[in-house]
Amino acid sequence: MSRRTDSRATQTKRERLTRRDLLARAAGVVGAAATAPVAGQQSIDTTRRPGRGPNGLDQRSPFVTPRRDPSSTSSRTPLQDLRGTITPADLHFERHHGGVPEIDPGRYELLVHGMVDRPTVFTLADLQRFPATSRTCFLECSGNLRRGGPETLPQMVCGLTSQTEWTGVMLSALFAEVGADPNATWFLAEGQDAAVMTRSIPAEKAFDDAMVVYAQNGDALMPGNGYPARLLLPGWEGNASVKWLRRIELADQPFMTREETSKYTDPLGDGTVRQFSFVMDARSIITDPAYPRVIEPGWHEIRGLAWSGRGRITNVEVSVDGGNSWEQAALQGPVLPKAHVRFRHPWNWTGGPAEIMSRATDESGYVQPTWETLRAARGPNTRYHQNPITSWTITGSGRVLFGAERLQA
Amino acid sequence: MLAASVPVATAQPPSTRTQETFGLGRAATTAEIEALDIDVRPDGWGLPPGRGNAADGAPVWERTCQVCHGPEGKGGTAAPVVGRAPNGRPPTVGNFWPYATTLYDYINRAMPRNAPGTLTPDQVYGVVAWILVRNEIIPNDAEMNAETLPQVVMPARAQFVPDDRRGGREVR
Repeated sequence: MSRRTDSRATQTKRERLTRRDLLARAAGVVGAAATAPVAGQQSIDTTRRPGRGPNGLDQRSPFVTPRRDPSSTSSRTPLQDLRGTITPADLHFERHHGGVPEIDPGRYELLVHGMVDRPTVFTLADLQRFPATSRTCFLECSGNLRRGGPETLPQMVCGLTSQTEWTGVMLSALFAEVGADPNATWFLAEGQDAAVMTRSIPAEKAFDDAMVVYAQNGDALMPGNGYPARLLLPGWEGNASVKWLRRIELADQPFMTREETSKYTDPLGDGTVRQFSFVMDARSIITDPAYPRVIEPGWHEIRGLAWSGRGRITNVEVSVDGGNSWEQAALQGPVLPKAHVRFRHPWNWTGGPAEIMSRATDESGYVQPTWETLRAARGPNTRYHQNPITSWTITGSGRVLFGAERLQA
Repeated sequence: MLAASVPVATAQPPSTRTQETFGLGRAATTAEIEALDIDVRPDGWGLPPGRGNAADGAPVWERTCQVCHGPEGKGGTAAPVVGRAPNGRPPTVGNFWPYATTLYDYINRAMPRNAPGTLTPDQVYGVVAWILVRNEIIPNDAEMNAETLPQVVMPARAQFVPDDRRGGREVR
């Protein structure tokens, strides 16, 4: 009862329901006055007015407005707004090479041909009749590092990674269905977008864990993520998981498409160019506290994500003194292979300047490197597969800023 | 661990599941395959009949390419395609494309960006020749066709090496 009394006492006449509000509600119209969030106070007493009834498609609270950050070719997941490991489908990052095609699922077909006994066309319904598998894994663009200034969000540092429970058919089942020639060592995956996106994939990935997926977190794929069906190569750079998949051609050599020669290759310091660098190496980022937060002295839980394309994350270490000392963070189970894992670490900020950072280790023994180590290994011209340790600095007044100086040349 | 504790006699026989088919899908026709099978490999497999040299390609370049790539193949809003600067800076066809066949494949499938797939084989061969001439890789009058294009040796060819990262402690 005191709850009602308290809120009623603070409710001014102006904030009470107006006759216009009531009429609008009766007509099924939600008045702006009824939904506009008012910072720091409840504009109406929710205990004195019935809320909306069940609806056909829910949407986030008007107080919750996470957004991808789009550019002309990609949009980035707001890592700083998420607290678990699954990325809501409408916040999954996008990278397009020719825009998002609108594909009628009734007309969708996947052709599998080349070095096979039985060149075959599968409809979406065909794909969905095969034994289904669900796999929770991350998908990350190999171009997932921006070296911004101090006012850089986690989303901008590395928001081109997202995680999904994908459902579909194992590619090995499709290969068995068409009678794949055991001498086929590569296959071409081709999309139905305006780039007719193509990548050559080693056939062994098909017999390992590659899938053709048609569901994203249990729902149909979002158009920007390949509706109605896409390739999924767990742990590998995102562009190879070709979206809007229309054709697979088995062969005994790679096709050397543009996206595996002049793009998505890595110039090294010795003058060579690394090609077919599929696997995403281990990485982590602290997503909270991070820019633009301002924190107060006292207890904080440092939280972030870690992942590796080579298997499970085995350890995440956190430093609160700029890398001089490291402590082991707790990992939130279950720790899945090739998947985002949450790490958390308690921290009592006493108020002085600080620099917090995280470092991931995977089951291969790989330890996430510093920017200097990466540059020493690869030279200055590599653009993809940048997975350096990143940091956040805390000023004396509690402002959290991106540790941009860690990534200087 | 589990496998080690299971007596050999009760171990699962080798699965025959991968040999099994489900009878799903339908046989693809030759016409269906030919309609979609547009890829071109480094050995020239997949190149269609047709021909073109740089003179043939010049008007195509002016009409459909230079709006983004610039009249000389550089300096436009899109990435430059002409240039032989060392170390692939900036990357161009001349210093960063290892196979000439990729030019045909990519231009045919994805260019021009506002109307991909609209160039004829002769037009694609002509534009490919124009780009290769501008990069000083083939003679001015060289004709590109299904026989000659795979024989073009690109300056960047020897630079490309397979991924040597293997996980573990060493950062590569």
